[in-house]
Amino acid sequence: MSRDIQTHDSMWNQYNQSDYMKNSRQGLDEELIRFISSEKGEPEWALEKRLESFRIYQAKAMPTWGPNLKDLNLEAITYYARASEQSAETWDDVPADIKSTFERLGIPKAEQEVLAGVGAQYESTVIYHSLKKQYKKLGVIFEDLDLALQKYPELVKPYFMKLMPPDLHKFAALHGAVWSGGTFLYIPKGVKLKEPLQAYFRMNAKGMGQFEHTLIIIEAGAEAHYIEGCSAPSYGVDSLHAGGVEIYVKDEARFRYSSVESWSKDTYNLNTKRAVVEKNAHMEWVGGNFGSCITMLYPCSILVGEGATADHLGLAFANKGQIQDTGAKVIHAAKNTSSSIIMKSISKNGGKALYRGLVEIKAGASNAAVSVKCDALLLDDKSVSDTLPVMKINNHTAEIAHEATAGKINAEDLFYLQSRGLKEDEAAAMIVNGFIEPITKELPLEYSVEMNRMVELEMEGSVG
Amino acid sequence: MKILEVKNLKVKAGEKLILNDISFDINRGESVVIMGPNGSGKSTLANVLMGHPSYQVISGEIIFKNKNIINLKPEERAALGIFLAFQEPREITGLELFPFLFDVTKSLARNRGQKPESVFAFKVRLDDELEKLNISEDWSDRQVNQDFSGGEKKKSELLQLALNNPDFAIFDEIDSGLDVDALADAGEAIQRFKKQNKTILAVTHYQRVLKYIEPDSVIVMAKGKIVSQGGAELAAQLERDGFSLYNEL
Repeated sequence: MSRDIQTHDSMWNQYNQSDYMKNSRQGLDEELIRFISSEKGEPEWALEKRLESFRIYQAKAMPTWGPNLKDLNLEAITYYARASEQSAETWDDVPADIKSTFERLGIPKAEQEVLAGVGAQYESTVIYHSLKKQYKKLGVIFEDLDLALQKYPELVKPYFMKLMPPDLHKFAALHGAVWSGGTFLYIPKGVKLKEPLQAYFRMNAKGMGQFEHTLIIIEAGAEAHYIEGCSAPSYGVDSLHAGGVEIYVKDEARFRYSSVESWSKDTYNLNTKRAVVEKNAHMEWVGGNFGSCITMLYPCSILVGEGATADHLGLAFANKGQIQDTGAKVIHAAKNTSSSIIMKSISKNGGKALYRGLVEIKAGASNAAVSVKCDALLLDDKSVSDTLPVMKINNHTAEIAHEATAGKINAEDLFYLQSRGLKEDEAAAMIVNGFIEPITKELPLEYSVEMNRMVELEMEGSVG
Repeated sequence: MKILEVKNLKVKAGEKLILNDISFDINRGESVVIMGPNGSGKSTLANVLMGHPSYQVISGEIIFKNKNIINLKPEERAALGIFLAFQEPREITGLELFPFLFDVTKSLARNRGQKPESVFAFKVRLDDELEKLNISEDWSDRQVNQDFSGGEKKKSELLQLALNNPDFAIFDEIDSGLDVDALADAGEAIQRFKKQNKTILAVTHYQRVLKYIEPDSVIVMAKGKIVSQGGAELAAQLERDGFSLYNEL
């Protein structure tokens, strides 16, 4: 599928007319929050949760420990816009202009070829959702979260915003107030999905905010792989993405969450992703961050069950004007837990990539094992990389390994590849793709090819 | 017919003059060996012929197939038919050999104005060359020279020599790091190359590889200069007497 996918140009420069924006407005107040909730026909508890989140949002200060967010004008963001009246189950029922956007992104084709199910969100609401019949029969639920909240309240309510409470930080609170759309994925006990599920999030209009909420419950012994892709066209006006992801991985279950985020370079991507991992369960995060002016994203695994494990694999590409402030957070809260963090960053043309990590070993979590490896590749002298790893170790039996490297493309490596007949930029792209191979090899082939291609596009004109 | 003419070549690395007025010719189909003590400029010459960006050519010419290539990039020289087998081939982490080798043949075909080979035709040719070099088939799943032994790295270079089909090969100490068996495999690969009327310039310290190269002439370098030239017998004399004579120059 990836060979048919857009280049960056079409992904970022093409956008549809957005007449539906006439009915939406900028800025946020209680009235808008009540409007969102009533539009969705939400139960009272869901509205209460939104209002509580809004109060916390108003009380909380902007985070000051990370990149400077002073240019983000929260008053100018459109917090809710509905581009389509309903969510469709076949692509034929999706409005033509929206469908053509997703066709350019290769989504319907990928669904036919490699995916177990697909969801697609456009602005604030999900416009398409489908799951293959054989998985429906097994009791798998893959649904728009707005709908799931009404259809399966007994499954949603006990988990929703529990792992990511609104008082976590200002943007978690904002998310809790205005969240809309997103995915609900439920894998029943023992069910193992062989094909990945995918959701694609697209912001189309100028100055949008997107606040999808993804809630995933993997019951005991179950297995699944979920992939998210994201993009938005570029307007030169700031937009905001503050998504929320909550994942519950029960005893002996295995789950992989992959995402390739390529928001336009005028998007603030302030995202929260958290997983709780129970006994002998395994959680994997695989992430690629390419777009956005400022990204703040630190997927978190909380290992609460004995023998729980987590792998965090991440790649960030910081090009001109971009700050990729990404990393990982792992809390070891049970015995014999282990985690591995591998983060790679590439900085170019003055871009800044920073690894910010926290590993905490609780006092009772004996025999924990932690391995952290951060590698930064700088493509020129103007670009910046840094690592800020924090370790809080409260149990002396923990085994900790930490390694960080930073460097440039080796001139001898370039000469070697060029001497074989490759142009300088081809050779550099090969070296960079080799550098990120530990991450791309974990993705399904179509996505790893796509990620390599995104790197090649970002690499254009970087040398010689 | 001359394939390579080096005329009055002067090269600097930083402020230091490291090749001083080098001139020699090679005819098509000939094999020439360059010998000399460490630091004499042999490897520098090999790298300069390939277009290494760290060296500045301050004067002189390198004429390859009647064309001055001084201002050509390494990939342009490769397209013209020059190949450098590195003394220490680079390890490129994460880059798998098969897609790398195939991309290289595609690039070379494009730049040489030839029809690109299909991946199937390439695979047949690759398997054939792997077998000739006594390399196992799963080799091409490995990453480029990553964790290769010294001998494996040299075989990897000779594999690429065969696949890339240059007219002129520069061997920079192709025999170093080879055990007896690997030396025989490497030597046979060199012989196969020679039989196609190809041209060789080999930098070496040792006599043992010369029986495969069968040089038509020998150049001796010391301190960035050519200090002696002669026939194959000069190599034997050097191995017997060493380079002490030239060290005093």
